[in-house]
Amino acid sequence: MIYVIVEHINGKIEDITYEMLGKAKSMGGGVTAVLLGSGVEGLASQLGAADNVLLCQSPELTEFNPQANCKAAASVLAGKNDSIILVGNTSMGMEIGPGLSAVLGMPLISYVTDISDGSVTSSLYGGKMSVQSAVDGGYIASVMAGSFPAESGMLEGSPNVESVEAPDLSDVKVHFVKLIEPEGGDVDITQKEVLVSVGRGIQNEDNLEIVQELADKLNAALSCSRPIVDNKWLAKSRQVGKSGLKVKPKVYLAVGISGAPEHIEGMKDAECIIAINTDENAPIFDYAHYGTTEDLFDVVPAISEKL
Amino acid sequence: MNIVVAIKQVPDLVEELELNDSGTDLDREWLKFKVNEFDDHALEAALLIKDAHGANVTVIALDNGLDIDKALYAAAAKGADRVIKVTGDFEGYVSTHKAAKALAGVIGTLGADLVMTGVQAVDDRDGQLAVLLAHQLGVPHVTVVTDIQVNDTSATVHKEYGGGMIGEFTVDFPAVLGIQAAAETPRYVPVAKVRRAMKSTNIEEIGGDGSGASAGTEVTKMYKPETGQGAEMLSGSAEDVAAKIVEIIRSKGI
Ligand SMILES: Cc1cc2nc3c(=O)[nH]c(=O)nc-3n(C[C@H](O)[C@H](O)[C@H](O)COP(=O)(O)OP(=O)(O)OC[C@H]3O[C@@H](n4cnc5c(N)ncnc54)[C@H](O)[C@@H]3O)c2cc1C
Ligand SMILES: Nc1ncnc2c1ncn2[C@@H]1O[C@H](COP(=O)(O)O)[C@@H](O)[C@H]1O
Repeated sequence: MIYVIVEHINGKIEDITYEMLGKAKSMGGGVTAVLLGSGVEGLASQLGAADNVLLCQSPELTEFNPQANCKAAASVLAGKNDSIILVGNTSMGMEIGPGLSAVLGMPLISYVTDISDGSVTSSLYGGKMSVQSAVDGGYIASVMAGSFPAESGMLEGSPNVESVEAPDLSDVKVHFVKLIEPEGGDVDITQKEVLVSVGRGIQNEDNLEIVQELADKLNAALSCSRPIVDNKWLAKSRQVGKSGLKVKPKVYLAVGISGAPEHIEGMKDAECIIAINTDENAPIFDYAHYGTTEDLFDVVPAISEKL
Repeated sequence: MNIVVAIKQVPDLVEELELNDSGTDLDREWLKFKVNEFDDHALEAALLIKDAHGANVTVIALDNGLDIDKALYAAAAKGADRVIKVTGDFEGYVSTHKAAKALAGVIGTLGADLVMTGVQAVDDRDGQLAVLLAHQLGVPHVTVVTDIQVNDTSATVHKEYGGGMIGEFTVDFPAVLGIQAAAETPRYVPVAKVRRAMKSTNIEEIGGDGSGASAGTEVTKMYKPETGQGAEMLSGSAEDVAAKIVEIIRSKGI
């Protein structure tokens, strides 16, 4: 039996859940979805790819809670150490995966991109290396979003729903306060046909001028990788990736971006990806349609000049 | 309040990564190491609390033979009050479960209100340390944290989800936080100041034991993903390349 931890937020099941359900189904042997929350029985009907749903409800699980969800998941899955458990390599899964591993004493593999008989493939070193791990018996895999097609897990069906009593959660020391929606920016980068996207290769804030000039000439928006936002050089609304926005422009020009898995998650479905990066081993070239290892400080102004 | 920050050295990804002879791990001999970038954020977050409210900041690292002294001196130069190296059997690849067990053994004696680690490291295969550490210590955890406000007995933190959505939580002390980003860009420390710290700082060595921790799974193969599989590499001078890029963009009807 393969167990899939269902991820949902604001009453909506996240795509990563369907990716995992689809993959689990293709592996054979039965799929059980683990659904934690409060007032979420309605979501079970959207889990048609599963054979069973284990439903665990408690007021303490109304909103995702790092500690309460770990405790509830561990209680639902107690004794299932010989099984395969799939969680998303997401903000929520990054609490539950290690949490289950610690409580159940099961091995955990993070950043999983593929699973086949007896072997789990995962990504390391910012996408510069892949590793295969041998597995026999039970394990927990924390699955990278975008590794499997979500459609394969969006199936009609009426899984058998079994309610499981929640453990005592009165001693939980983490308390949910509120969800804060992201602030809208001056431009919506998800709506632009062309994005000039800049990464740490740009070195400093002043140098942003050259990519801004290129973006202006192309009537494109400037987007970026996470470090640019962490440095406060561009607004959060410009960030592409796991913790930023998912974009699908006609043309995505990646300038000085290495292509870490968290960035790739946000842009790999762009129609045409062009990467400028001096490191020929940069993972971005695995996803780009066109690439160059020429220096961005030479190429970018030259493109602007020709437009 | 007492804050403990765990840091580690990871391979600098700017360097070429070579595999060992058996193709199951990196060849570590020629690798350049640097502090995991998220650890810089964890230390910065701790120092910001110290600056604002006063706090005792201890930085701790497993002694894995990777030039960790340099990192600890830099932490002291930035403002850490105490630096500790956990000694023991930690050469080569150390599983995150083993690191968690060894670190928890020492951190448990330090009376920490808050323990902070980087949200993750690029070399981690069996899970992020913060949550494992919290379970070893028997305290709550929140990871992927971007903002921390401390009160007397608890902290209010922001946890980042996808799409820029944030969950706000309060967490009672003691607790472990996995830090994604500090509220400020991590402070820079000039080399001269690190040199001075090397003279005035005593790195405490405390023995640690990670034995008996779950060993996890075995790596059968490590390999470079097929680079350039999809990308057609544009050749020629920067001018030539620029001309080709313009052509490609135009061909998309832009
Ligand atoms: C939970 C979590 C969520 C995350 N979410 C996101 C996210 O949403 N989005 C995101 O982007 N990241 C995210 N990250 C961070 C991610 O792991 C990487 O750290 C980040 O994507 C790296 O950004 P970068 O490619 O700009 O920088 P680097 O990895 O430092 O790459 C810079 C690149 O520039 C190249 N370069 C340098 N100089 C030049 C030059 N002169 N000309 C051409 N190329 C040059 C270098 O070769 C290098 O490849 C997240 C991380 C975590 C842990
Ligand atoms: N051996 C170690 N010594 C000290 N801190 C560590 C060690 N391993 C991991 N950490 C901390 O945990 C974070 C996450 O690492 P990882 O669990 O390997 O992804 C790192 O950024 C450090 O803050």
